[in-house]
Amino acid sequence: MGFRSEEMCLAQLFLQSGSAYDCISELGEMGLVEFRDLNPSVSSFQRRFVSEIKRCEEMERILGYLLREIRKANLAVPEAEIPPVAPAPKNVLEIMEQLQRLEVELSEVAKNKEKLQRNLLELTEYTHMLRITHTFMHSRSRHEALGPQYEEFPSLETESVTGCTSMQRLGAKLGFISGLIQRVKVEAFERMLWRVCKGYTILSYAEVDESLADLDTGEINKNVVFLISFWGDQIGQKVQKICDCYHCHLYPHPETDEERADVMDSLRTRIHDLQNVLHRTEDYLKQVLHKASESAHSWVLQVKKMKAIYHILNLCSFDVTNKCLIAEVWCPVSDLANLRRTLEEGSRKGDATVPSFVNRIPSSDTPPTLLRSNKFTSGFQSIVEAYGVGDYREASPAPYTIITFPFLFAVMFGDLGHGSVMTLFALWMVLTEKDHKRRRPGNQVWTTFFDGRYIILMMGLFSIYTGLIYNDCFSKSLNIFGSAWSVKAMFTKQEWTNETLQTNALLTLDPNVSGVFSGPYPLGIDPIWNMAVNRLTFLNSYKMKMSVIIGVIHMSFGVVLSVFNHLHFRQKFKIYLLFLPELLFLLCLFGYLVFMIFYKWLAFSVRDSQLAPSILIHFINMFLMQESATTPLYPGQIGLQVFLVVVALLSVPVLLFGRPLYLYWLHHGGKSLGVHRVCLCSCGYERVRRVSEEDLSPSVVHDEEEGLSDSGGPREFDFGDVFLHQAIHTIEYCLGCVSNTASYLRLWALSLAHAQLSEVLWAMVMRLGLRMSSRLGVLFLVPVFSVFALLTISILLVMEGLSAFLHALRLHWVEFQNKFYSGTGVKFAPFDFSLLPSVFEQDGLL
Amino acid sequence: MPSLLFCGPKLAACGIVLSIWGVIMLSMLGIFFSAKSAVLIEDVPFTEEDIRDDKNPPQTIYGLYNQVGINCFIAASIYVGVGALSLCQVRLNKRQEYMVT
Repeated sequence: MGFRSEEMCLAQLFLQSGSAYDCISELGEMGLVEFRDLNPSVSSFQRRFVSEIKRCEEMERILGYLLREIRKANLAVPEAEIPPVAPAPKNVLEIMEQLQRLEVELSEVAKNKEKLQRNLLELTEYTHMLRITHTFMHSRSRHEALGPQYEEFPSLETESVTGCTSMQRLGAKLGFISGLIQRVKVEAFERMLWRVCKGYTILSYAEVDESLADLDTGEINKNVVFLISFWGDQIGQKVQKICDCYHCHLYPHPETDEERADVMDSLRTRIHDLQNVLHRTEDYLKQVLHKASESAHSWVLQVKKMKAIYHILNLCSFDVTNKCLIAEVWCPVSDLANLRRTLEEGSRKGDATVPSFVNRIPSSDTPPTLLRSNKFTSGFQSIVEAYGVGDYREASPAPYTIITFPFLFAVMFGDLGHGSVMTLFALWMVLTEKDHKRRRPGNQVWTTFFDGRYIILMMGLFSIYTGLIYNDCFSKSLNIFGSAWSVKAMFTKQEWTNETLQTNALLTLDPNVSGVFSGPYPLGIDPIWNMAVNRLTFLNSYKMKMSVIIGVIHMSFGVVLSVFNHLHFRQKFKIYLLFLPELLFLLCLFGYLVFMIFYKWLAFSVRDSQLAPSILIHFINMFLMQESATTPLYPGQIGLQVFLVVVALLSVPVLLFGRPLYLYWLHHGGKSLGVHRVCLCSCGYERVRRVSEEDLSPSVVHDEEEGLSDSGGPREFDFGDVFLHQAIHTIEYCLGCVSNTASYLRLWALSLAHAQLSEVLWAMVMRLGLRMSSRLGVLFLVPVFSVFALLTISILLVMEGLSAFLHALRLHWVEFQNKFYSGTGVKFAPFDFSLLPSVFEQDGLL
Repeated sequence: MPSLLFCGPKLAACGIVLSIWGVIMLSMLGIFFSAKSAVLIEDVPFTEEDIRDDKNPPQTIYGLYNQVGINCFIAASIYVGVGALSLCQVRLNKRQEYMVT
């Protein structure tokens, strides 16, 4: 990846009609260029290749149907080894035919299968019904007295052969209606029957054990077999209507037992046959789908590529002779040779008589921004671009972000233990990245974490380093080098006695007593501070000063980076009128603060620590230009401070008026400027000639005062507009310096929060397990540790990690990047088949 | 024989990670307790009597330190067992996955 974005050029491609398709196919495989739309006023239905695109969409529709059927049959779609290229137009018809044939076959088979299943269901229901009404008849015949209606009739035990026709002999026309109804409707059905027929019907019902699927709705319900006996035709009709109303499936009720047995036999054989046929149909369907699934993936890719190529062809314009397609593309200058070679390849494949060629044309439009990146830098690139894609040829903050972002994160997160857990997690993701890339699971959260695996790895490594500096590992300090503080010395020097121990709750180790403090700890904070009551007081002072120092350094670096932009865009005046006042303002005020911090650290030792003054008071007094009551830090301090304040205050009007006045002077010029103007114009002409090789033009968004206009004459210069712009910039910068420096104090705040959370977790969870002194204490320690680990991961790693990530990102986006980065560019989006999304993948079908 | 599988692949993987972390961290804690590290003083269950009634200071406190250290080592060994169990589950899950597809 580069320091700034790549140089781009506008090129015209002259593609011969015959080989245009192949050339664009080759370009799509390589992903070199971005096409521009040459027919913006034409609607998508009036474009040239609309019928081809319609054909592609038809094929996609059939493919979608095919994939859904394959998914229903639970078959896997194997991926092709080598992704196929877009098919030549002459092969397209063949694919189309195959797909259409498949569609017809599949729909036929599916229809047949449904019909067969419906039949099977009916026969099954009929069987159940017969079986269950059989038990009704028999159980009914066992009951002598079933109510007043049956008293007149003789018992049916001896006449079971003749069955119910004996009823007719008695002149009563007993009719039966039998069928199945859904269980949920049975009570309502019964009540309706009773109300309508008023006791002239008898309903008996029993539940079917097997739940049957309702083919219309596809649900699986419990059904109930019912048998209604009634007499009278009118009642019969009413009952029929009610049954229709409740969507019952009615089947003819057999008169005699023999008939019933015959029907059941025939049903059994028919069911058996049907099941056989259904099995065969399903097998056949599976076979067809299996065969189709082998080529399904490559068809999908081919259709996708073809459709994309036709879209691009629609963007091109035809020249007068209609033999040649003209396309305008943005191409990186370094890739022009590749582009030529690809076009030659495409022409060769398309058997063109005249090869296609490239012609570079000058342009005044701003080209898109391209920054090449590899798998390591792409993560950092994307977090910079989330703020804004850089302007064309602007210095990119991304290379520095690789180091500064994990570092600022680690300052807020610094814990050795948590850092190492994070590093191991990231390492696992990095080492198994090939597997994960292949599998491509759909979970959004996981994809986000996986794409940022290198960022997480860097953050973890830097956190281990800052954990060593803060000497914090799961809230405990590590004593690697031996503490520099000695308690024994307080006793040997007779400062403390046994009496002191007994009468005081808190004791203070005095470093002025010899032997107590033997020099600074080699790396990081001394481990004794972990046990000190005034630990936070000490660490707060250290961390706050460190945050301000890091902040001022980071911001100055940002201001310095703007020099590179000014130099590149040949705007040297900006260095004197923008960069210098900005830097002076920042350094005279806050650079001096940093200097005072370092001076106080170095100049005051343990002996005179009582006399060390408050830096903040001195800083405030500097602005008020007051004679401070305290003694000066160093001789000549008052004079130096006055000088610095004056320089800083003077740089504000320079920043405010410098650029607008300079540009006003440029455009309107004084009498001495005649020569200058000619000089400027000739420079302008020279520049125009070379403009096709230069990459000047951008920042025109901000600067309309570029003295190098194409027409050679001075452009309209609006002083008010420029001045307002500059005033806003000045106020933003000066106030921003103060607020941004304070904003860096979040480095202190978050690291304090993290350390305290970590300590609380240890004290409230782990300590409970460790302090158990009974025998059972061991067993208690095991679940306590699991809880500790779970809470560490969820609260300290995930929550605090995300929080520190967000704050570090904010510090980069706002405090660092607003010093030099404008981020208002357009990203280069090359025509590349691998970058095109697939409709089927989004639906989860592939 | 009923299947010995009682947790899914994700739970078994979590079990392995937790046991490895538990073994490493608890054994290190055990080592630090046995080395009588001063930073860990708050985690040792001593009372006022222990300090006052100590015949031979600081042996009582040292004894308590050793006790907690041994506790940590025992817990670490239990986690070795949990880790082995999780490993079995992971293997069984892989085998089942293999057989179904």
